[in-house]
Amino acid sequence: MMDPSLIAFYAISAFILVTGFMTVISTRLFRSAIYLLFSLIGIAGLYFLLEVEFAAAVQIIVYVGGIVVLIIFSIFLTNQGGASMPFPHLIRRNVGAAAAMAGAAVVGTLAAAYEWHPFPITFDTSMSRIGHMLVGTGEGSLVLPFELVSVLLLAAMIGCIVIAMKSRHEEK
Amino acid sequence: MPSLNNLLLILLLPFCSFLLLGLAGRKRLSPLAGILGTTSLFISALLSVHSAWTYFSSTSSHKPEVAWSMNWLQFSDSLSIDMGVLVDPISMMMLVVVTVVSFMVHLYSLGYMKGDERFTTYYAYLSLFTFSMLGLVVSVNLFQIYMFWELVGVSSFLLIGFYYDKPSAVSASKKAFIVTRFADLGFLIGILILGHGAETLDFNTLIARLTDPSSPWLGALSAGSFLGASALTWGLLLVFMGGAGKSAMFPLHIWLPDAMEGPTPVSALIHAATMVVAGVYLVARLFPVFAIACPVALDVVLWTGIISSVFAALIACAQTDIKRVLAYSTMSQIGYMMFALGLSGYGGEAGLGYTASLFHLFTHAFFKALLFLGAGAVIHMVHSNEIKDMGGLRKRMPVTHLAFLIGCLAIAGIPPFAGFFSKEEILTAAYAANPVIYWIALITAGLTAFYMFRLYYLIFWSRESGVSNAHPVDEHHGEGTISMKLPLLLLSVGAVIAGLVPFGNYVSSDGTPLHIHLHIGDAVLPVLIALTGIGIATYFYKTESSKPAKLMQSMRVFYMTLHNKFYIDEIYLFITKNIVFPLIGRPAAWFDKFVIDGTVIAIGRTTDRIAETVRVMQTGRVQDYALFFIASLITLAVFAIYLFH
Amino acid sequence: MTAIPLTHILVLSTLLFFIGVFGFLTRRNLIAMLMGLELMLNSVNINFIAFNKYLYPEQIEGLGFTIFIVAIAAAEAAVAIAIIINLFRTTHHIDAEQADSLKY
Repeated sequence: MMDPSLIAFYAISAFILVTGFMTVISTRLFRSAIYLLFSLIGIAGLYFLLEVEFAAAVQIIVYVGGIVVLIIFSIFLTNQGGASMPFPHLIRRNVGAAAAMAGAAVVGTLAAAYEWHPFPITFDTSMSRIGHMLVGTGEGSLVLPFELVSVLLLAAMIGCIVIAMKSRHEEK
Repeated sequence: MPSLNNLLLILLLPFCSFLLLGLAGRKRLSPLAGILGTTSLFISALLSVHSAWTYFSSTSSHKPEVAWSMNWLQFSDSLSIDMGVLVDPISMMMLVVVTVVSFMVHLYSLGYMKGDERFTTYYAYLSLFTFSMLGLVVSVNLFQIYMFWELVGVSSFLLIGFYYDKPSAVSASKKAFIVTRFADLGFLIGILILGHGAETLDFNTLIARLTDPSSPWLGALSAGSFLGASALTWGLLLVFMGGAGKSAMFPLHIWLPDAMEGPTPVSALIHAATMVVAGVYLVARLFPVFAIACPVALDVVLWTGIISSVFAALIACAQTDIKRVLAYSTMSQIGYMMFALGLSGYGGEAGLGYTASLFHLFTHAFFKALLFLGAGAVIHMVHSNEIKDMGGLRKRMPVTHLAFLIGCLAIAGIPPFAGFFSKEEILTAAYAANPVIYWIALITAGLTAFYMFRLYYLIFWSRESGVSNAHPVDEHHGEGTISMKLPLLLLSVGAVIAGLVPFGNYVSSDGTPLHIHLHIGDAVLPVLIALTGIGIATYFYKTESSKPAKLMQSMRVFYMTLHNKFYIDEIYLFITKNIVFPLIGRPAAWFDKFVIDGTVIAIGRTTDRIAETVRVMQTGRVQDYALFFIASLITLAVFAIYLFH
Repeated sequence: MTAIPLTHILVLSTLLFFIGVFGFLTRRNLIAMLMGLELMLNSVNINFIAFNKYLYPEQIEGLGFTIFIVAIAAAEAAVAIAIIINLFRTTHHIDAEQADSLKY
């Protein structure tokens, strides 16, 4: 009898891969975005399964709630909601597929061939531990990257505004 | 022993003056440039006279001493190159000669070069030359002397080509540079041979190692044989080749007459008194090696000297350019010094030739500089170098006339002028060594007297009315300023009294005083011959007449040969044009153009073509770049993991 | 829960990553390419968490980096979309094939 968590893992994996694949081959952009949404939700499910609830929560809030919405927004802004996309050039698609498969083969073989030795203790991801890690000052805490990321986000925000802003010249 | 500070100051003053004038002074210091250069040289000259005085009056026996030395380049334990100051009789003597003549020329140039737009540059070059020449004479090793040797070559090149808008000056400077460079190539190879064989470049060590018959270095150098001569002979001959090039010895003399294109004071300094005697100095510096270890090389020096001497004297009789006459006379006198060295032995009475040679160098510097400066005054006045534009100038230029006359008497060897004593010593040495040489030297002395007085009469007498109409005299110039007359007077004094210096007490081949006794009887014949030369010149040239033209007609072929300098230039031209260019130059040019350039061009073209091909990969489409990136990444990963792990 | 072998999770993330690569290489629409990029980032996140949980459970920096990657992905998506909108405004298309004015 298979372990139930294993069955759940395979189911979730299949879901992620199928929706992910649909994301990259769907001819309609909006549907593509929806498939991406499901794929990301599936990844969140995987995190739950791995008992990393915080990561799952972040995944849903930021990716599903933020980035995918942003993408859908931009689809509407560029007026392509229902339009079907032009097919890629055949050569490019074949070459791209070959490159992707070759890469997958190389990396997959490597990953499968290596004998991993998991550590048998439990992975403690309590909120307080994560909090200490992110903004604490003790050993192994990441307060400096945390601050840097906040600066990065500010810079990105300003950059977006500057790039997307209509220039005066255009308004006239 | 003179103080080291003084010695270094003598060297550094001209150098600082060069730096200041050459780098900073182009515009700002222009009015001061001459004063500055002259003052620094004046101090230098005083210091050298003082140093020489202390040196020569302190001890009686003079061995070379290194007063100061700095390890400059250390290549290995056995090979290092030092920079230093060598103190010995000849270097002290040369310090005095160089600084005094250079000071005179600096002073003279104040008037002569006045108003020239590159006045500052001129003084910078003069200072550079003086510094290089001083560095040359105090060199402690072969490499240092080579460096300064090249530096004087460069300054000579710069000064010959000073009027660079004159094509003749440009080609003359190129000629001087190429000919002396060619000779210096030999010098360099000679240095390498000697340095390799003796395992040192230092003069004192080198001389010590190569004059001791039992030393292993001498044995190794003289053992082998290449084209019939040992390595030592070849080394010394090649070193002498460098000296011959610089000293305009036959057959490398062709640059010297052309070098007269430079300003006349420069000719006085560089091409009469100092730089051209560097070859003599070089041979004198290595004299023990020549005399003891390799008499064959010394014979070459002897014959080169005597041939150059008589050869140049003959040519000088038929030249019509005042400076060229002087140039050939310089060459002839240097030939005198060379053969005096060549016939000398080492030590004791046999070393008379050595002393005589350097004595002649000493006196010659004074009277030849005097003659050149006098010629410069004449040229300044009539604006021409051609003798035919001159004549009857003695009343217009009394000071110059007197100075020139003293110079002519000195060079002709009439007692009691300086040239008499030194020439007499040389002739005595020659008489003792080799009668053939003695007779050739005597004839040369007669020729010298003849052509010098020919020049003298043609300039100052001949035509009474004075100057031809083509070149009217610039009355405003007169004889030139006081700064031009003063050096003439001072040098005249030098040309009179320089011969009275008891030179043998100070300079001799082995460092011990040599007492020279001149016998009146020995001197009669040379003086008579000189007087004969003067007499012939007086007969032909004192008053304007058709006598010279008739003489010229009667010996037309001979005259033309002399006038065209034995066609040596033409022979060189023939050789270069018909042999060197087609047989070496053209193939080399072909090789350069098609093989070397061709390779380079082919590399460039290939790069271009590859780039042209690769360019299309730059599609501008981001996905193509991503594809290349990923494909390369995978390939590299596969290689790294499966092939090289 | 150690019943799930690490290798399987790695294979999953590998496949997801190259699906993203495939999308990035082949989609002509820039927004669709961006989606491929998001898939790649997510597969990296999965790896971080899996390695952290299986190999170094006593530490949680892997989780921290996951969070940073999410933040950076958000910033990157925002900037990319700003660029896409600007491109659309100037050229009226967002086709990667046609946006080739930077070619030789």
